[in-house]
Amino acid sequence: MLKISDTEEVIFSPELISKFNEIVARYPEGKQKSALLPVLHLVQAEYGWVSTPAMNKVADYLDIKPIEVYEVATFYTMFFLEPKGKYVLEVCRTGPCSIVGADKMMKYIEQKLGVKEGEVTEDGLFSWRGVECLAACGMAPVLQIGPDYTYYENLNEAKVDELIDSLRLKTVEKPQIN
Amino acid sequence: MGRKLLLEHINVPGINTFEVYRQKGGYRAVEKVLRAMSPEDVVEEVKKSGLRGRGGAGFPTGMKWSFLAKPEGKPRYLVCNGDESEPGTFKDRYLMTHIPHALIEGMIVSSFALGANTSYIYVRGEMMPQIRILEKAIAEAKNAGFLGKNILGSGFDLELYVQPGGGAYICGEETALIESLEGKRGNPRIKPPFPAISGLYNCPTVVNNVESIAATVPIINDGGEEYAKIGLGRSTGTKLISASGNLNKPGVYEIELGVSVEEFLYSEEYCGGIANGKRLKAVVAGGSSVPILPANLILKTVNNEPRLMTYESLADGGFASGTMLGSGGFIAYDEDQCIVRNTWNFSRFYHHESCGQCSPCREGTGWMEKVLHRLEYGHGKLSDIDLLVDVSKKIEGNTICPLGDAAAWPVASAIRHFRDEFEWHVTNPQEAVSRNYGLAHYADPLPKLENVAAS
Amino acid sequence: MSDKVKVTIDGITIDVEAGTSILNAARQIGGDIVPPAMCYYSKLQGSGGKCRTCLVKVSKGSEKDPRPMPKLVASCRTTVMDGMEVQNITSPEVTEARKGVVEILLINHPLDCPVCDQAGECHLQDLSYEHGSEATRYEFERRTFDRIDIGDKIQLHMTRCILCYRCVYTADQITEQRVHGILGRGDAAEISTYIEKAIDNDFSGNVIDVCPVGALTDRTFRFKNRVWFTKPVDAHRDCPTCSGKVTLWYKGEDVIRVTARKDEYGEVEEFICNTCRFDTKKTSDWVIEGPRKINPHSVISANHYTQLMPPSVVRKNPALLEANKEQFERSTKL
Repeated sequence: MLKISDTEEVIFSPELISKFNEIVARYPEGKQKSALLPVLHLVQAEYGWVSTPAMNKVADYLDIKPIEVYEVATFYTMFFLEPKGKYVLEVCRTGPCSIVGADKMMKYIEQKLGVKEGEVTEDGLFSWRGVECLAACGMAPVLQIGPDYTYYENLNEAKVDELIDSLRLKTVEKPQIN
Repeated sequence: MGRKLLLEHINVPGINTFEVYRQKGGYRAVEKVLRAMSPEDVVEEVKKSGLRGRGGAGFPTGMKWSFLAKPEGKPRYLVCNGDESEPGTFKDRYLMTHIPHALIEGMIVSSFALGANTSYIYVRGEMMPQIRILEKAIAEAKNAGFLGKNILGSGFDLELYVQPGGGAYICGEETALIESLEGKRGNPRIKPPFPAISGLYNCPTVVNNVESIAATVPIINDGGEEYAKIGLGRSTGTKLISASGNLNKPGVYEIELGVSVEEFLYSEEYCGGIANGKRLKAVVAGGSSVPILPANLILKTVNNEPRLMTYESLADGGFASGTMLGSGGFIAYDEDQCIVRNTWNFSRFYHHESCGQCSPCREGTGWMEKVLHRLEYGHGKLSDIDLLVDVSKKIEGNTICPLGDAAAWPVASAIRHFRDEFEWHVTNPQEAVSRNYGLAHYADPLPKLENVAAS
Repeated sequence: MSDKVKVTIDGITIDVEAGTSILNAARQIGGDIVPPAMCYYSKLQGSGGKCRTCLVKVSKGSEKDPRPMPKLVASCRTTVMDGMEVQNITSPEVTEARKGVVEILLINHPLDCPVCDQAGECHLQDLSYEHGSEATRYEFERRTFDRIDIGDKIQLHMTRCILCYRCVYTADQITEQRVHGILGRGDAAEISTYIEKAIDNDFSGNVIDVCPVGALTDRTFRFKNRVWFTKPVDAHRDCPTCSGKVTLWYKGEDVIRVTARKDEYGEVEEFICNTCRFDTKKTSDWVIEGPRKINPHSVISANHYTQLMPPSVVRKNPALLEANKEQFERSTKL
């Protein structure tokens, strides 16, 4: 994830812009605002969160007012308006998950990562939070990790250990290309 | 074994690919409608089938289609509602993951019936993997000539796009979904006008659930009348039930409407009984929004007749002793579960998901959550219980969209049926935080009606 | 077929233009049967339907389809049909629901009327007086926000806001660039600019006039006076930007506030520009038309006399009558 401060200017790469263009083409002419949610998802996947300069750029790109982007980004819970860990573990906390151990799972993750809900671990790798129903109640408890939102189902402590360890490893092993 | 229409080939390896799906008879319905039927014929078949909206409201799909306005020079839209977020419901995710072409085929059939040339599948943003699966399936179908211009030489054009949501339960409400698809906050619109007159981009629009759209495929293949033969009375066809909670075999099951609740819960074909040898305490039969029922009332109606998995039988007894089939999100609670805690959990959900547009829901859902939190953690008062009922009444029916009702019903029904458990939380606050109330009398056989009348 | 439809509200029948809302039909009748409206604003397209205070019962849908509507409906956004019968104050169901809405609107309201500039002309105050109960059943901490100045002329006191969306529609429809909106969701939703930004354009001040509560107030009037101690006077000037038709609010000889002219439902007759509102506060800038008529039941009228109507006890005593006349002349002198 790029580390950018909230005031730093954002410049979208040509690849990102071409993805935006592809999305805008799905809607009738003049209805490009429809692309706002998919575009914000792409921005978050690229930068790890949605900063104000990024939102302003999106507004420019879609030819809408910046406030229209802020209104939308603050309405939907998937968009992070501040930097988070590289991996955000989002644990379902609603009814069916809750009755088969989601609450315990969140406590375990909190203890394992050593940070409270919404905070970032010191190495910048992890955050966690409880989210509402992920529509995977039959495989409860369940968590998801963006930006591809892979689901991890039928959680228990061993699976959480394995998941967190493998994510740590993946980051270490990833070759650094400059 | 009940008949399977949607999940017949679910275990065939590679059924998620176009090739295998086609080998198993896929896209026959598209061929049939484009070659031999008029759009009106398709609507007529769906009407004959008696198919009712599978998203929760149960409104007849064919009738909804026939309301669509057809003004000259205005495009019409079909939008598929894949914003599956109702706690307890995960059937659409299952369908989109494992047999995406069933939805694509249904979208083509339905778009043809409605005269839509651009259709959108709105999928909740958290289901990014399913969005990728659908996009791949669309590309495959397009490659095979089932999407795009002049499909199968019929002159019918259709482009299909997948739109991600952003994390908001309310976007499952059709007008909020339309707003969201227009790139706005998911605030439900004030109706009228209904989407059939003025929906997406102010054009006539039909919004249908994933399962409803997929169900049009077997309806076209076998005919509406054949489909209507399955099921019971006005509950025709098959329905996907998402089973979760304390069950031996949670998962998605396709049932013929009319199976008894008891069979669904306990037979090996379906849920296989309550997990860990426990006893059943309560069931939420149709997603978190429908009234919760204690074990005895979910298995039998007040007339001591077996309760069946149909729209009508589950609703038998009205709000006093019945519930609803809703979206088919079947959550089972064993004897160790706390109803107060569950009610608080659900009310937290609705509080979190209220869009905040209209006052009763915006303020009332938070108020209920706070009172329930207090009750659950042993700081409640007996008057809180009546307060909750009263606040729920202030919300119910007075809001712009059904989320207000959906927030009110679980609270009102939990108090209606489990009042003594709520009272126990107040009178035994110490105990209530360390142990659960248990099964109590919630699974006891229902008293005979005559006896009640006599006493 | 005529374009008029017949509608009966609380037993009073009226013919109105087809397409009229129940609320506007009720306003044409006038009086006690008019449902209160906190979010609807006839001059703002798309407004209404949100606050739920104007809920009414439709006991007969229309002549053609006489079935009653299953739920209470928002009268501001429901169109009348020919033969429709509506119950407002005659329906206990409606009054009960309205009481509920008022209670719910107040659970997170600070009730800081004693220090609120809107007091005396606040619609929420009127609504609670009419439909509220004297005590609240809400026992939790109330939601609060920091007070912020959006620009040097307007103060946003979000804690008082009832999220009627009027100011958002105003900015959208009468100004060129909307910079504020509704952020967040549910009961965490707020009016905000997201990043600190001044709302700055020629017509931005109108958000103050459309706000039904004390959430958006005029900073140039802040703590200057209670409205019922000020004297409203209609005036106009030749303004290049707006109609220039305003109400001046006097304290003694000084104009301490300028607002647009509001009708009996609190809606402005014409939107005015910021120059008229904030920067034109000398009597010599204006052509005075005469005292602004305010509903005699309004608290604003408490200290104002537009005609000499001495009570009978005064009329019997010539000395008192003379004193009363003197006071009247003093108070009506501009």
